[in-house]
Amino acid sequence: MKNILLFDFTVDKRTKTVFVNREFAAGLSLVWDAFTKQEILDQWWAPKPWASKTKFMNFEVGGRRFYAMVSPEGQERWSIQKFTSISPKTNFKMSNAFADKDENPELPGSDWDFNFSEQNGTTKVSIIIKNESLARMEKMIEMGFREGFTMCLQQLNELLTLKNK
Amino acid sequence: MRRDIFQAIADPTRRAIITLIALQAMTPNAIADNFNTTRQSVSKHLRILTECELVKQEHQGREIYYSLEIEKMKDIDKWLNQFRKIWETRFNQLDKVLSTIKKQKK
Repeated sequence: MKNILLFDFTVDKRTKTVFVNREFAAGLSLVWDAFTKQEILDQWWAPKPWASKTKFMNFEVGGRRFYAMVSPEGQERWSIQKFTSISPKTNFKMSNAFADKDENPELPGSDWDFNFSEQNGTTKVSIIIKNESLARMEKMIEMGFREGFTMCLQQLNELLTLKNK
Repeated sequence: MRRDIFQAIADPTRRAIITLIALQAMTPNAIADNFNTTRQSVSKHLRILTECELVKQEHQGREIYYSLEIEKMKDIDKWLNQFRKIWETRFNQLDKVLSTIKKQKK
């Protein structure tokens, strides 16, 4: 089932923009909830073995989500998301910035645009992420590495060697 | 300090230089003509790009021509591919969450 669902990921380095498209075998309401309700978000947003911990989330225009990616050792990496536009079950936009534990954002951040549509019981989510700087995109990727994604160790070693030089 | 490819592309002027010399090999003077900065500043960017092994120099008579190391640019794609994996993992987790919730509702 999973294999026939669309997943594509493209990066435009010139405009520092990431495009992610994915289909889910679930109805629009459920998928919308999964992206906009903290109790569901915390179940999947952090790639294992990291955990997502949302301190607060006010899903309304001008509202914010303050959350951490928690490492297996208990190390916390905080981020602030600010919701800038919401059209229920269709679209929402937010700005995202890394932060310290006291909610002080670390700029520059990135702008995220989420689009939702359903066809025959399958829901498609399209995400556009615009980074203010390429360095920031690099950091996002770098943090992804630290979050322990499934990848071969050799690649990880290569990366760490590259970054430590 | 060793430099890596991401330092090369982190600066807008260097990205513009990359775009210029991707088309043809150019001398520092010809490159500098495209920018409103000093010759020294362009030289500095070229030095960094050379240290990142993203450009190569070729001597032709008294002139030095700079051109792009296309192979090195592919490192960026390899790097970005890791970012794709983040999303893959994240979405596979969401698939499980969605199917659990759907079962609970039945």
